[in-house]
Amino acid sequence: MSNNFSIRNLSIKYGFLVLLLVLIIFFSIFASGFAGPRSAVFIFQSVAITGILALGVTCTLVVDGFDLSIGSVATSSLMMSAYMLVILEQNAFVAVVACLLMGAFVGLLNGLLIVKMKVPDLLATLGMMFLLIGLQRVPTEGRSIATGMRLPSGEVADGIFPGSFLWIGRHRFDFFLENLIPVPVIIFLVVAVLVWIFLELTRHGRLMYAIGSNERAASLAGANVNLYKILAYVISGVTASIGGILLSARLGRGDIASGNNLLLDSVAAALIGFAVLGAAKPNALGTAIGALFVGILLQGLTMMNAPYYTQDFVKGGVLVIALVFTFALTSRSRKGGH
Amino acid sequence: MSKIACKIRNLEKSFGPNKVLRSIDLDLFPGEVTVLMGANGAGKSTLVKILCGVHQSDNGTINLFGKLFKPRRPAEAFQAGVVTVHQAINDGVVPDLSVASNLMLDKLTNNKAGFFIAEGVIRSEAKKIADTMGLSLDVSLPVSELGVADRQLIAIARAMARNPKVLILDEPTSSLSAKEADRLFQVLDRLRNTDVAILYISHRMSDIREIADKIICMRDGSISGTFSTKPLDYEGAVTAMLGHKMTEVDVKIAKKGEEILNLSNLALSDQSPRINLSVSKNEVVAITGLLGSGKTKLASILFGVRKQAHGTIHLNGQPFSPSSPREAIKAGVYMSPKDRASNAVISDFDIEKNLTLPFLHSYSWLSMLRFKLLRKLAKDKIEDMGVICQSEGDEIETLSGGNQQKVVVGRWLMQSCNLLVLDEPFQGVDIKARRDIGDYIRQTAGSRATIVLVAELDEALEIADRILVMNEKSLVGEHVNDNVNVNEILVDIAGNNQLLEQVSK
Repeated sequence: MSNNFSIRNLSIKYGFLVLLLVLIIFFSIFASGFAGPRSAVFIFQSVAITGILALGVTCTLVVDGFDLSIGSVATSSLMMSAYMLVILEQNAFVAVVACLLMGAFVGLLNGLLIVKMKVPDLLATLGMMFLLIGLQRVPTEGRSIATGMRLPSGEVADGIFPGSFLWIGRHRFDFFLENLIPVPVIIFLVVAVLVWIFLELTRHGRLMYAIGSNERAASLAGANVNLYKILAYVISGVTASIGGILLSARLGRGDIASGNNLLLDSVAAALIGFAVLGAAKPNALGTAIGALFVGILLQGLTMMNAPYYTQDFVKGGVLVIALVFTFALTSRSRKGGH
Repeated sequence: MSKIACKIRNLEKSFGPNKVLRSIDLDLFPGEVTVLMGANGAGKSTLVKILCGVHQSDNGTINLFGKLFKPRRPAEAFQAGVVTVHQAINDGVVPDLSVASNLMLDKLTNNKAGFFIAEGVIRSEAKKIADTMGLSLDVSLPVSELGVADRQLIAIARAMARNPKVLILDEPTSSLSAKEADRLFQVLDRLRNTDVAILYISHRMSDIREIADKIICMRDGSISGTFSTKPLDYEGAVTAMLGHKMTEVDVKIAKKGEEILNLSNLALSDQSPRINLSVSKNEVVAITGLLGSGKTKLASILFGVRKQAHGTIHLNGQPFSPSSPREAIKAGVYMSPKDRASNAVISDFDIEKNLTLPFLHSYSWLSMLRFKLLRKLAKDKIEDMGVICQSEGDEIETLSGGNQQKVVVGRWLMQSCNLLVLDEPFQGVDIKARRDIGDYIRQTAGSRATIVLVAELDEALEIADRILVMNEKSLVGEHVNDNVNVNEILVDIAGNNQLLEQVSK
């Protein structure tokens, strides 16, 4: 009985990491070129933006909320940075700060809708998502933004994406090998560490978890529930706008069709994160690993010549397995614990 | 009335190792209102749930007019003629539908009903039902536009539309005002003549005086008293429900310090009587009274969860009017709420995180938690309170109820305060844990004023220097806990409403 127990507990705790390890070994053997620093960096690069968004959505999941607007905040930030640079001819610094402020403002708005207007979180952020998808198209009448484009007024936009802005998305630092690690990967890792510190090591993170588990009890223990909920959405908005800036700096144009998959991919990464180390709750480390897990799987499959259209199917499969890990196994072990 | 409508014999039920019902014998007669009284956890709701088919008994029989009755589902109970109106009113009505549709809901869900709705027919039939209940209202109005009393009456009317033989009402007046309750009683009087056997669960003595033909008291899973000879012995009923085996705990009354809390002319809600109270340092005051007497309201006013209707609170001589628990905590007023599962326990957290939750700001440096300090404080408190666990890292859900309660009470003893309010600190706790918690509260009482709100008199006698009795939102009695006359307290708890009403008129 106790033996059976520990096997289950071990599999809950380490099962997902073992699965990740098995995948890496499998691809290293069967997909030529998979094992290697360049391939590893490529994986990190492919999940950096999704991962940053996922870390933001993790914060909203911690307070038992949900942010559906992250994808559209990211694309709005993409369009806004391009608009600032190309049409308003601002410098890179102004563009970045404007996008971050926009993200924080949208987060604040989401938070106020949920806390003050009592709109359920899914509906409030769904509304915000629609609003932003529409709004980002208004200034250019639905067209993408690039240097030399003709504006609705008939003028030609002369602004350019300056090198300092493109640097954020394209520069690679030397790390043992020349031109190895791209800036977005560094930013992803920094955001992951910051969110992890915030959630795990500060009292604010502790209180946010308390609110997510039992809002009433947290409030009766003196937690400022409304403030922390709003804060979670502001964090989510800011990280989403960072993702949008990185996307814009990588593309070098305000592409209206980019970032369609961001929402689903990042929510999936955060949910897969529940299964890591048997946490059964949103957590920063899990989210980062969840994002990497999807990246590794897709990279390996692509190298083994799996067609691109199977990607979403694979992601969905991983998500469902992770959710089974989280909910079926952990709830059973909790019941067994009594 | 010789015929028995519902005859329960030797009914037993256990949940795991807990015996919730022990050999219950109970008879319900047609045309009679039987009031069932019992404190929290006495087994009332389990009994009701067995009668309405939610739970199944382990042992014993129920006979309905001589026929064996053993419902496995709520639907089977309905068909056999046992209908229950639950406490949460909205369980009994669909708020968005009209009164007529609500009254006819069971006809609508019947498979034999036609595909289309004949609005006119429904309305006229609904009107008939409403009239027999003495409900004069527009049946085409949606229920959501009605007041609470009307909703409650509609829920009962719906139940009556099923032609019940046994009608169970679970605290039907808990959200009604006295006037609204009167309307309910008129309806019940009418039902008495229709030969329905009514089982009425309530704690409000004013209700019970009004309508009871018979009182049955439950305590610890068995029937502790039956009162059917008129005039009914209400004090006896309260005694049977609360019990008062003189406790072995001997309270040494401590010397009072300076005054900490002063309530003057405080009214818990708009129409309620004024309360005056003074509590001093080094004093433990227990406020006892039946469920719904206003104890929890008082606690939530002191802790900034709600506002008083009138009157002022002074803390250490300063006016005190917190607008949130945060402000109350900052002023040194702590409150351990009742119903730990919904109000106190963070089920995802371990013991340490649960214990240290309210005061994280003083256990952190630049917002970064000081983990070593947290662990040490948690370990100390676990030892002080005798929480039985393997380590401070145990998930709180793995603990027994008594140990969980020690943790959620203990979290408010992590730092000293001016005033500590404990709302039902012994709820769902075994006798050992109750003594542990009580001892620890008295040990630490010297530096603060302490108010303990309990429904069980035993608990008050074990912990308090002074026992106050609350009845219908007013303080009706004060007893120093020294050779106290328990019967006098029980009389206060049961209340003498005739007297009170005369005074208020």
